[in-house]
Amino acid sequence: MYETNYHRPKTLADAAALLAKSDEVKLLAGGQTLLPTMKQRLAAPTDVIDLRHIDDLKGITESGSGGVRIGAAVTHAEVAGSETVRRLIPALASLAGEIGDPHVRHMGTIGGSIANNDPAADYPGALVGLNATVTTNKREMSADDFFTGLFETALEPDEIVTAVTFPAPEKAAYAKYPNPASRYSMAGVFAARLADGSIRVAVTGAGQGGVFRVSEMEQALSSNWSPDAIAGVKVAAGDMLSDIHGSADYRANLVSVMAKRAVAAAG
Amino acid sequence: MGVDGIGARVKRKEDRRFITGKGRYTDDMTAPGMGFAAFVRSPHAHAKVKSIDASAALDMPGVEAVLTGEQLVGDGVGNLICGWMIHSKDGTPMKMGAWRALEPEIVRHVGQAVAVVVADTLAQARDAAEAVVVDYEELPAVVDAVAALEPGAPQIHPEAENNLIYDWEIGDEAAVNAAFDSAKHVTSMEISNNRLVPNAMEPRAALADYDEAEEHYTLWTTSQNPHVARLVLSAFYNIAPEHKLRVIAPDVGGGFGSKIYVYPEEMVCLWASKRTGRPVKWVADRTEAFLTDAHGRDHKSHAEIALDENNRITALRVKTVANLGAYMSLFSSSVPTYLYATLLSGQYDIPAIHCNVKTVYTNTTPVDAYRGAGRPEATFLVERIMETTAREIGMDPAEFRRKNFITEFPHQTPVIMCYDSGDYNASLDAAMKAADYANFGARKAEAASRGKLRGIGMSCYIEACGIAPSQAVGSLGAGVGLWESAEVRVNPVGTIEVLTGSHSHGQGHETTFAQLVADRFGVGTDTVQIVHGDTDKVQFGMGTYGSRSGAVGMSAVVKALDKVEAKAKKLAAHLMEASEGDIVVEGGEFKVAGTDKSTPFFQLALAAYTAHNMPEGMEPGLKEGAFYDPTNFTFPAGTYICEVEVDPDTGKTEIVSFVAADDFGKIINPMIVEGQVHGGLTQGIGQALLENAAYDESGQLITASYMDYCMPRADDVPSFNLMTTETICPGNPLGMKGCGEAGAIGSPPAVINAITDAIGNNELEMPATPERVWRALQAAQPAQAAE
Repeated sequence: MYETNYHRPKTLADAAALLAKSDEVKLLAGGQTLLPTMKQRLAAPTDVIDLRHIDDLKGITESGSGGVRIGAAVTHAEVAGSETVRRLIPALASLAGEIGDPHVRHMGTIGGSIANNDPAADYPGALVGLNATVTTNKREMSADDFFTGLFETALEPDEIVTAVTFPAPEKAAYAKYPNPASRYSMAGVFAARLADGSIRVAVTGAGQGGVFRVSEMEQALSSNWSPDAIAGVKVAAGDMLSDIHGSADYRANLVSVMAKRAVAAAG
Repeated sequence: MGVDGIGARVKRKEDRRFITGKGRYTDDMTAPGMGFAAFVRSPHAHAKVKSIDASAALDMPGVEAVLTGEQLVGDGVGNLICGWMIHSKDGTPMKMGAWRALEPEIVRHVGQAVAVVVADTLAQARDAAEAVVVDYEELPAVVDAVAALEPGAPQIHPEAENNLIYDWEIGDEAAVNAAFDSAKHVTSMEISNNRLVPNAMEPRAALADYDEAEEHYTLWTTSQNPHVARLVLSAFYNIAPEHKLRVIAPDVGGGFGSKIYVYPEEMVCLWASKRTGRPVKWVADRTEAFLTDAHGRDHKSHAEIALDENNRITALRVKTVANLGAYMSLFSSSVPTYLYATLLSGQYDIPAIHCNVKTVYTNTTPVDAYRGAGRPEATFLVERIMETTAREIGMDPAEFRRKNFITEFPHQTPVIMCYDSGDYNASLDAAMKAADYANFGARKAEAASRGKLRGIGMSCYIEACGIAPSQAVGSLGAGVGLWESAEVRVNPVGTIEVLTGSHSHGQGHETTFAQLVADRFGVGTDTVQIVHGDTDKVQFGMGTYGSRSGAVGMSAVVKALDKVEAKAKKLAAHLMEASEGDIVVEGGEFKVAGTDKSTPFFQLALAAYTAHNMPEGMEPGLKEGAFYDPTNFTFPAGTYICEVEVDPDTGKTEIVSFVAADDFGKIINPMIVEGQVHGGLTQGIGQALLENAAYDESGQLITASYMDYCMPRADDVPSFNLMTTETICPGNPLGMKGCGEAGAIGSPPAVINAITDAIGNNELEMPATPERVWRALQAAQPAQAAE
């Protein structure tokens, strides 16, 4: 690791002020990607701003509309274990409980995960699958608008994610096929029927551009919520990632398989 | 004997310090004024080193020195060597390319060191290493051994034309060809054995301390054989004469073979300590471990087996290309020859075997012995072709094996080995019973009702441990003898120290070796201390690898105990005025049989050291040493049966049952043996399903971290069903055969045989990743897979 300056602000305003001061600054949320990257000398920020001690970023609360608001600095373990999340959106709690391993889940945070937007991360699937809203220190935006590509988001350089608000769906489930080595998602499908009856099928881990929706599956499920309805729907292999763990063809197959399993699990 | 003797499940004495974080590893060692080393490594697989500019690095804070290969060669540090001479079939010696600890001219694999920085702190050393500017001229690289042999392939060493190190053969080719000419059935197949990275939990490390006044070096290092390291560093690398070099291998966190060898980094630390005048420490990070620890396996073979009209095997013909990487590591040449082709007879009575092995340089990390070393490659080949043949001829795989089993011992195979003992039917029977082999069909049908493809596969492995005797291995090209030494020191108060040349790096020697003493004298294991891993304490030893510590290391302890017991009995007879023949040792006392006379062990020890009343001519003290050179290899064998369920949608394999019936001969501590088998099976399953060291065309290791190199985890393996069937090894005093590698040797073919049975397609390479299985399934059952 290269030398860096560590900051531990207590307020969002202090964090934002520090962020504005330098170009070579990184926000530290849970550090599960940033710290290994720095240790391998692949990142060399002059300053690291630790967001884990800002009260405004903490806490899980029931939102006004019957959904859940999760502070950006909430860990995966807290989401997985939250009575509120388990009651209102059990699929989200179980997704959080399958991220990485216990160490990762006790350090990694939802804000860090979505701001990093690793194409193999699990949370983007839940955000898009549930039509969540991302709140920053400057604005609110839909998950569809937030994720813009591989490791890319709509966040401005001086913008900090503060919370994510998930509406409670009528039914939802997440089916993940983990990479055997890293246990990241190789194809994770979040399928949901939202309270307004709309259907969402969001795929993470497989797509070249990060999380994406499968509109053909969503349409098929609108008229017939069952695994059979989407059995014949294939995503284009040409849009899938390909690496030593899974070719694009194989990932395309996994998307179909996991989509069916997610729909079946949602009941 | 007491409860702690031979056969007792004694909990490991060493675990208290390990599980409470009190182990003492090389990285825990410090020396006053210690500097830290960071290596400058090649990012290229093959390149000329045009220049090295260290000026910027030398100006950085805390930097003591930047040393290069030119200085190393100039100081007379010797090249790294391979210590086992193999001759090609035309009689020419193997072609050993020059390997320098820091390469001044041409780098031949990614990660090869070209310079080292020594600085006050590790961070300073690493910062400075990045500032060393190396000007490389890239050369074309080749990573595949078969491709490296082709005309026009990049030439890696001037010494080895077409990258061929040797073209070796064993067996009677004419007899084999004749058997094939008259064969009733021939099965032939291509068989690959995937390259693995050892991944010991503790990475390699060294702390070298040069004492200028004494011209003496001390090296703390992660070694499985500190005396061999000292011998090699002294005799071949010109670091220092042996009496001026102390090598200490303290607690070592796993080796699996990878810590047998002397590597460039450890040598460089010694040299740099003298150069800089301060102790130098280096600890590999995980990336360095992936790039520089000797890899394992990497064979490509063509195998053919011939049967007569009664389905008896008449011959086996094998051609193997083995990838040795960029340099010949210390024992690399022996692995694909005498540790591989000599095991190709398996458990079977095969009249004629011929094997040709070509070993090849490539622009990859050097390959050497890794848990099993040659024997997993042989077992995989034999047990895959046995299974395949049984399927081709429509015979039950168990019955086909049984029909060809060796049943009489000793049995001389056509490939050097003379099997001394075994009962292959016993282990096959035990495994089949435990696996409920007879009712597999019902389980397959039940799995099918859940949409799963269930398969069963077996492996009847044999391996050879305790490589010996020294005279024989010498005649085969080994540069060392393979005996072991031990010393038993009874202290004046009756506690006992056992000094052994074996080295424990996870095997539990501190417990099992103490059990030998407890068994012999009826004392508690808590009164016994095992001393190992320090060339200043232990006279000499060959170390631990090849499952030799039991059969060879313990036998040396037994011989030393024999001497101690004999002297103690003489003294006891003298003290109790009895006849020596009437003295028995029971419950920690020397007793005169048939009387109530006895002398406690501690009292006898004290008498030996006070020496007030000794028999005529007896020397004071109670300490004896012994050297033990075995008469033969030992031959552990057994049957493994694996049952899998494959998810046809994803290709994912779940191992639902794994039975291991092993014959390890006499067992000292069943709990420790089970632990060895658990670990071995997990590594073997890792090879079969998960692990693969993959290079891209340019020679970059693309599985250089745990993000991509898939290590087995607890949820990848089932709860193992273990049992042993015992035949006593006649070749050593304890009757032991060895258990350290069997699991890794025997399990991969059982797993692949089970998966290929499940999916109905025999074309499947290791690792059988979900995608490979899914594709093989599609090829076999396109309709089902496409569903």
